[in-house]
Amino acid sequence: MSTAVVAVAVPRRTIALDLRAIKIVVQRDLIRTYQDRTRFLSTLVQPVLFLFVLGAGLSSLTKGATGSVDLRTFMYPGVLATSTLFTAMFSSISIVWDREFGFLREMLVAPIRRSSIILGKALGGAIVASGQGVIVLLLGLLVDVPLGPALVLTLLGEIFLLSFTLTAFGLAIVARITQVQAVMGIMQMLLLPLSFLSGALYPLSGLPTWLGVLVRLNPLTYAVHPVRTAVFAHLTVSDEVRARLNPPLTWFGWAVPTGVQLLLVAALGALLLGIAVRQFQKVE
Amino acid sequence: MTNAVEVQGLRKTYGAVEAVRGVDFDVRAGETFGFLGPNGAGKSTTIKILCTLARATAGSATVAGFDVERQRDEVRRQIGLVFQDTTLDSYLTAELNLRFHAELYGMPRELVQPRLRQVLEMVGLWERRGSKVLTFSGGMKRRLEIARGLMHSPRVLFLDEPTVGLDPQTRASIWEYIHQLRRQEEITIFLTTHYMDEAEHCDRIAIMDEGRLVALDTPAALKASVGTDRVTIRTSDDEAALQRLPGAVQTSEGIVINVEDGEAYVPELFGSLGVPITNVSISKPSLDDVFLSYTGRTIRDSEQTPGMPAFFAAMVRR
Repeated sequence: MSTAVVAVAVPRRTIALDLRAIKIVVQRDLIRTYQDRTRFLSTLVQPVLFLFVLGAGLSSLTKGATGSVDLRTFMYPGVLATSTLFTAMFSSISIVWDREFGFLREMLVAPIRRSSIILGKALGGAIVASGQGVIVLLLGLLVDVPLGPALVLTLLGEIFLLSFTLTAFGLAIVARITQVQAVMGIMQMLLLPLSFLSGALYPLSGLPTWLGVLVRLNPLTYAVHPVRTAVFAHLTVSDEVRARLNPPLTWFGWAVPTGVQLLLVAALGALLLGIAVRQFQKVE
Repeated sequence: MTNAVEVQGLRKTYGAVEAVRGVDFDVRAGETFGFLGPNGAGKSTTIKILCTLARATAGSATVAGFDVERQRDEVRRQIGLVFQDTTLDSYLTAELNLRFHAELYGMPRELVQPRLRQVLEMVGLWERRGSKVLTFSGGMKRRLEIARGLMHSPRVLFLDEPTVGLDPQTRASIWEYIHQLRRQEEITIFLTTHYMDEAEHCDRIAIMDEGRLVALDTPAALKASVGTDRVTIRTSDDEAALQRLPGAVQTSEGIVINVEDGEAYVPELFGSLGVPITNVSISKPSLDDVFLSYTGRTIRDSEQTPGMPAFFAAMVRR
């Protein structure tokens, strides 16, 4: 060991260094996902079941109701959003794994902002969930969705936004939790109500009042609706069918524009991320 | 040069439990400082506060000249940490674990590769850099953690029970690395242990018990403070020898004389006794004796109910 010692001086914190930290946190999540390809692929089982098994099975019941539109085509936007919901929320669990297996400490004692860790985790989760979204998106080809470049780009943007908000939501919930097992329970409790009350699997027209209220209170609704609207914009269907399957989302009679809905989702994502950071910053 | 660590009136309570009850000490730059005490004595809590992972209830502390409360980032840039439990990502390779660390600490890019090689070679893991950590033995993981803790050339390296759960051979090799490290880098080492024999490796040790510091000095001085060396001799004529040695006692093992400095006394004895000595042994007070004398029980006794203190400690840590 005669070589000269390589001495390192850790530089002061700058924005560039924070970005570097965020990047490596994201990178690690991507590497881990790549290594765990089976789990990544197994999350595709659910959307496939919804779309091709449930969708095909229920088609015979709903034939008259969906008019010229195949039930599976109708369900497609909802399935896309729901599967994003599941992956994004579950990807936030990785921070609990890190805590339980000790790796989080390595990040906590590093001279970086806690918010960099959370932001890295949120971006990593969003990228993974969007990646899965891309695969589900391609399933659209099998259920008569006219996937042109314009529609694909719109859907990708919406999925990424949704993924980010939902991962931030997941992080805000799990930031203080120390055991993966506890998180699993909480997630199970949240996921189904969130997806059932989002209008992902049924149209927003003709709902009982109580359900209409709950659906409008559910933030996921404002992510599902733009996705469905984008798909329907590329379908050739009669106005009557469109009004029944993709009615505007209204607040006291005012049709909320898609842009406002997306802004709402983005604002919520920023808020949840802020909450996650605050939760995470508490020191013993 | 300023002290590497300065602690004043440090106190930490978790609810009703007082984990640290007011401790004061300094660690000099460049020394190897050992924190000795049974599980639950407050060692890990103190380290957590020094590493900015926990906030003190009262008192203050500086590490490398920076306040652990108000200058967290500066402290973090100056310290390396090796925890009791592994904090490696076992699904990544050894090299990726270190690279991750280098990025988090914003190491200058051109230094990452040479430093990586240096620290991995130091702990003998350079050849295994491409292997995933989950294929490593406990000793290898600990060595990798030490290498990672050193990546950014910290001024103070904290080792929390660096050898716990390792076999004697691996423990010895970890100590070799630590000694080598001291020769090679300008670094202060702050470690905790509850192995008495390991405390001998330290320049100074502090004994902690029930949240308080009960003793602090060099191992030799601590041992000297609790008693004298015991010199036991056998001679060809014990009666004659006894007459010439006031204060000596005859035991079944031979004649026992209590003296300050056994090594200096024995040659002198050979010259002056006038009775042929056939056998001689010197026994020194051990750190176990030191612990016993300062706390009223042996370190083994204070860990008599394994599981329970650890269980409470885990509860408290939440």
